Amino acid sequence: METEQNTKTKFSDMLPILFHKYGWFMVGGIVLLLLALPLLNLNSYLMNILVKVGIYTTLGLGLNVLVGYTGLVSLGQAGFVAIGAYTTTILTKQFGVNFFLAALLGAFLAGFFGLLIGLPSLRLKGTYLSIITLGFGEIIRTIIIVWQPVTNGPMGIRNIPSPELFGTKLTLYNGGLFYLVLALLILVTLFCQLLINTKTGRAMRAIKGDETAAIMMGVNVTYYKIAAFIIAAVISGLAGSIFATQLGYIDQNTFTFDMSTIILSIVIMGGMGTIRGMFVGALILVVFPEIARPLMDYRFVFYGLVLVLMMRFRPQGLLGWKDTAPYPVSKNAFNLFTENKVSFSKKLKRALHSETRTE
Amino acid sequence: MAEKLLDVKNLSISFGGIKAVEDVTFHVDEQEIVSLIGPNGAGKTTVFNLLTGVYQVDQGTISYKNKEIQNWTPQNIVNEGISRTFQNIRLFGNMRVIENVLVGRHIRTAYSLFDSIFRNRAFKKEEDQNIAEALKVLETLGLYDKKDEYSTNLPYGDQRKLEIARAIATGAELLLLDEPAAGMNSQESESLMHFIGQLRQLGYTILLIEHDMSVVMNISDRIYVLDNGKLIAEGCPEDIAHDPLVIEAYLGGDQDAQD
Repeated sequence: METEQNTKTKFSDMLPILFHKYGWFMVGGIVLLLLALPLLNLNSYLMNILVKVGIYTTLGLGLNVLVGYTGLVSLGQAGFVAIGAYTTTILTKQFGVNFFLAALLGAFLAGFFGLLIGLPSLRLKGTYLSIITLGFGEIIRTIIIVWQPVTNGPMGIRNIPSPELFGTKLTLYNGGLFYLVLALLILVTLFCQLLINTKTGRAMRAIKGDETAAIMMGVNVTYYKIAAFIIAAVISGLAGSIFATQLGYIDQNTFTFDMSTIILSIVIMGGMGTIRGMFVGALILVVFPEIARPLMDYRFVFYGLVLVLMMRFRPQGLLGWKDTAPYPVSKNAFNLFTENKVSFSKKLKRALHSETRTE
Repeated sequence: MAEKLLDVKNLSISFGGIKAVEDVTFHVDEQEIVSLIGPNGAGKTTVFNLLTGVYQVDQGTISYKNKEIQNWTPQNIVNEGISRTFQNIRLFGNMRVIENVLVGRHIRTAYSLFDSIFRNRAFKKEEDQNIAEALKVLETLGLYDKKDEYSTNLPYGDQRKLEIARAIATGAELLLLDEPAAGMNSQESESLMHFIGQLRQLGYTILLIEHDMSVVMNISDRIYVLDNGKLIAEGCPEDIAHDPLVIEAYLGGDQDAQD
């Protein structure tokens, strides 16, 4: 504290400390701010962008479970988003199913396809797996075009109804859609946060760290890889359902490879394996094309340049540092440890006991 | 008479036409330290891979606690109580020291994804138990003060220890250590030797692959020597040190020099 020269810490070193110290205040502040935001009566253009940021953050969080936790790169997330969007839209529009039920079914179907895509992940590694997922995204697009009786093919589906909750339509104009996205975002964020320090989260991160070692520690790698695929797919499917109602119109060009790339870029740019990074990544990658409109098509050049520079100077992502906070040890766990009430210590005692006897 | 914990009979595996391990028979008794030595490429690590279920056995049996475990999945073998470390350190570099050990607890953890998301009593009870256990293992191995560091930031010797800690955390009774002294200076390997001796006192049985002869000769109860996939000698350290076949395998006879 006293040392003056240490106050000149680099900005990049300060961020982790800042997050560590004030993380909860920041989270609380941001949530309150977001809850109050629709009261400001922002114009619909801004609200539209905000909802889009929310949806892409959710998508980023979903892919993060796959890429950031488990270390499997998917280039076909748009396929899962499309499954969620189309299932929900067709069910609500053609069959009059309640939006929330339809969204759950859409997520379920997306999860099922996540399982199917997860299966080759047992045999394929790295780039090969990514190519499978890339192919999956394109297959879904092709199905949308060809399966006209259900998807209406290239004509797309128009006039997608807004979700209704207790008789109120959740639209962009009354802020309902915003709150719906916010609710999903909070749920998904909580899920991802709660997942990290559990058996499942650790198994996934162990697979990313060293797959062979994970197998040798008794981790069922197959199971956790597929679980990661399913979780990512379900989250993408849910986000897709809401995305469709926001757009009001979907066709095969809504869910292109570009979408998958943006989702992956959010994860990489924000900081793989972190939750905070997804928010920043989505904010930048969704807002940037909007504010860069004067650049017209050159913005894609700019966009590419930003990504290349990122890879060169901050490959871990903007907020991609390793957590420096000590691992949370609950009081109860610590008591168990100090009171020697653990089974390992029994062994220890037995060993020490036999030692004293022989002496 | 101590009981045979691990009993391997006529173990064989070949890759293509090459017989990597041929007709290898050995056993490890409870609380024994047994070393497996031999020149590079003799098939020592292959034996480990067979024991832990990485490779499928062509012929022969592996019995652990009188139960045949050959060709089981690695998960089931870990579950039975055999755990290993690696020749090249394989820690989870993206995780803290304590988290590495907690991954070792994975196989002893029963709660489901549902339990973990809802943080219910089943989750809390087991997770607290796991953390306490991990802390205990780290304390015993002298890594407690470093529990929150990332594993890649540890000094080399501590990384080796952490690998052993992780293996212990699985609840294993038989530890397979693959060249734990590799890359250590004489001081470090001496403290490692002491440490392995302590592990035996804690009740563990150890099967060791090692090149460092000062380590092998000092701590082993018995030694098996492999060469070209075949067992060429077995016995106590003094006998092995004077065995002409072993000396030939290591220093090379006239015939081998031509190959």
